[in-house]
Amino acid sequence: MTTMTSATTPEPAALLDVRDLSVVFHGSHGDVEAVSEVSFSVRPGEHVALVGESGSGKSVTSLAVMGLLPTRSAKVEGSIRYDGDDLLAMTDHERRDLRGAEMAMIFQDPMTSLNPVVPIGVQIGEVLQRHKAMTGRQARNESGDLLARVGIADGSRRLGEYPHQLSGGMRQRVLIAIALACEPRLLIADEPTTALDVTIQAQILELLRELVSGTGTALVMITHDLGVVAGLCDQVHVMYAGRVVESAPRRPLFARPRHPYTGGLLRSIPRLDAPRGEPLTPIPGSPNDALSWAAGCAFAPRCGNRIDRCTSQTPELAAQHAYEPGYEQALRCFNPIGEETS
Amino acid sequence: MTAQLPTLPTGPAAGPGDGATVVGESLLRGAWHRLRRSPLAVAGAVIVLLFVLVALAAPLLAPYEPASTQWAGDVTPQSVPGPSADHVLGLDSFGSDMLTQLLYGARQSLIVGVVSTLLGLSVGAALGISAGGLGGKVDTAVMRLVDILLSIPSLLLAVSVAAVMGQSQLSVMIAIGVAQVPIFARLLRGSMLSQSRSDYVLAAGALGIRRRRIVLGHVLPNSLGPTIVQATLSLATAIIEVAALSFLGLGDSDPAVAEWGRMLVAAQERFGNDPRLAVYPGVCIAITALGFTLFGEALREALDPRQRR
Repeated sequence: MTTMTSATTPEPAALLDVRDLSVVFHGSHGDVEAVSEVSFSVRPGEHVALVGESGSGKSVTSLAVMGLLPTRSAKVEGSIRYDGDDLLAMTDHERRDLRGAEMAMIFQDPMTSLNPVVPIGVQIGEVLQRHKAMTGRQARNESGDLLARVGIADGSRRLGEYPHQLSGGMRQRVLIAIALACEPRLLIADEPTTALDVTIQAQILELLRELVSGTGTALVMITHDLGVVAGLCDQVHVMYAGRVVESAPRRPLFARPRHPYTGGLLRSIPRLDAPRGEPLTPIPGSPNDALSWAAGCAFAPRCGNRIDRCTSQTPELAAQHAYEPGYEQALRCFNPIGEETS
Repeated sequence: MTAQLPTLPTGPAAGPGDGATVVGESLLRGAWHRLRRSPLAVAGAVIVLLFVLVALAAPLLAPYEPASTQWAGDVTPQSVPGPSADHVLGLDSFGSDMLTQLLYGARQSLIVGVVSTLLGLSVGAALGISAGGLGGKVDTAVMRLVDILLSIPSLLLAVSVAAVMGQSQLSVMIAIGVAQVPIFARLLRGSMLSQSRSDYVLAAGALGIRRRRIVLGHVLPNSLGPTIVQATLSLATAIIEVAALSFLGLGDSDPAVAEWGRMLVAAQERFGNDPRLAVYPGVCIAITALGFTLFGEALREALDPRQRR
């Protein structure tokens, strides 16, 4: 029911294919379903965005793909295929060999994602030694080149510096260098610009775009910032309360959002061309108001398009006619924008 | 971070970027800069340094041979000869030169303090690292053992060990070392556990770095700060405990070894009419312990990440 009607579109085999992913955390207050029924795929060279606010399950999804969720407290079900291999059937050892070499991740906060007491050169060299069987010397030379590639001038001289000597933007560059050191085929970026100054954000995004487009690396961008999506991504999946509510290619999503939540996200972006003094249009309520998906739509309490059915019946993710071939387009809503029934 | 620049020894002209070789400034170096600006740290460091120098140079500084009781005949049950031209601080209750005994006592305190702290540190660190690094059942087993050790007052533990092993310098060291094991084990495990939850550990995991490497190369170096501080503070405790064990008659029984605690014991009976005998070794113990404590506390503040700018 959640699979896409992709039979009509001949497309290259997906590098990453996530089907019916669910993640349940066993907590002291009972089980919490953080992610469920999440399906998406990423082809080589494609840039896919997972969009949603905090708690929507987008980070948990990415950690599940990487295999970084605690095995004891998190139960991951469904299937995650990488290059045809089922990641969930692999041993910890096999997955560890993939991480860093085949798939890498950039984290949100560059201030804390680098080890404060280890020089950056060692932190870059470490992954090269681990996956490329380099000697310390080779790794050191390569690390200097990598720093130069991410735009840190005089890279080889700065290998001895510690993270606290670098600015936030520089640290994120170092983290990108580390993530891309072994030329992974899949890069997951979890809000890579959220913790940075606005001026730096653009630089980092541009750098990311350059680096991944040059190598055909597939990119999964986790973000709540639709501006990032507009500049970088081909396919967008909007998540709310652990489920995908709308999937669409970038252009139709921005031009004609269907799900009221997507519409709300777009309307809440401040616009330069809006008349001065016009109030912003936030989505009412907060994600804490979300219901579980068990009894109706989780977005219903905050939704302007709510109809009676929304609170009594759970909407399914239904495949839509694809405006652009090769893309996934789907919607989870009874009363989408533009087709209101009442 | 800019506030640190003027204190760099090379001056502002050699800031990062324009020098020929840019050397990274480690956290320890940052801590060093902060340490030098704290008067308490400097005071503590001076005392510690003096103590170590005196201990090392005791044979050069001391006017007489240690533990030679050649003036024992001058000591009467009523009085011990006080300061004179030959004996700057007078004699002690055994008829030895007081100054000589104090100097050699420093040597003894340093040896026993350092060895027992190293012992406690190494065993405690091994336990703490295996508990914090391996987790699970190892963690539970190690921590229960540590809980048992911690439930016994440290001096009582040291007394028991000394009583079982007999009176020798080695047993004093082991006794005091064993009493310190649980402190180090618990401290290191705790800081390793909290570091394990940090982002850079997750990031290292995302790179496929092996667990062993993450624990030893990333988690451990970040957990050492509190341990270094504790080791400094433990030296103070050890020096006091050496004296305490001697005072209780469980110390090194070799009379040829000068020891502050035993000097105190001997001074006890004469305290009423000759307090000098107790004051000198007492002050030595107090000042040395104070020095290590001051230095340790200052080190704690200097290494505290919240103080970092």
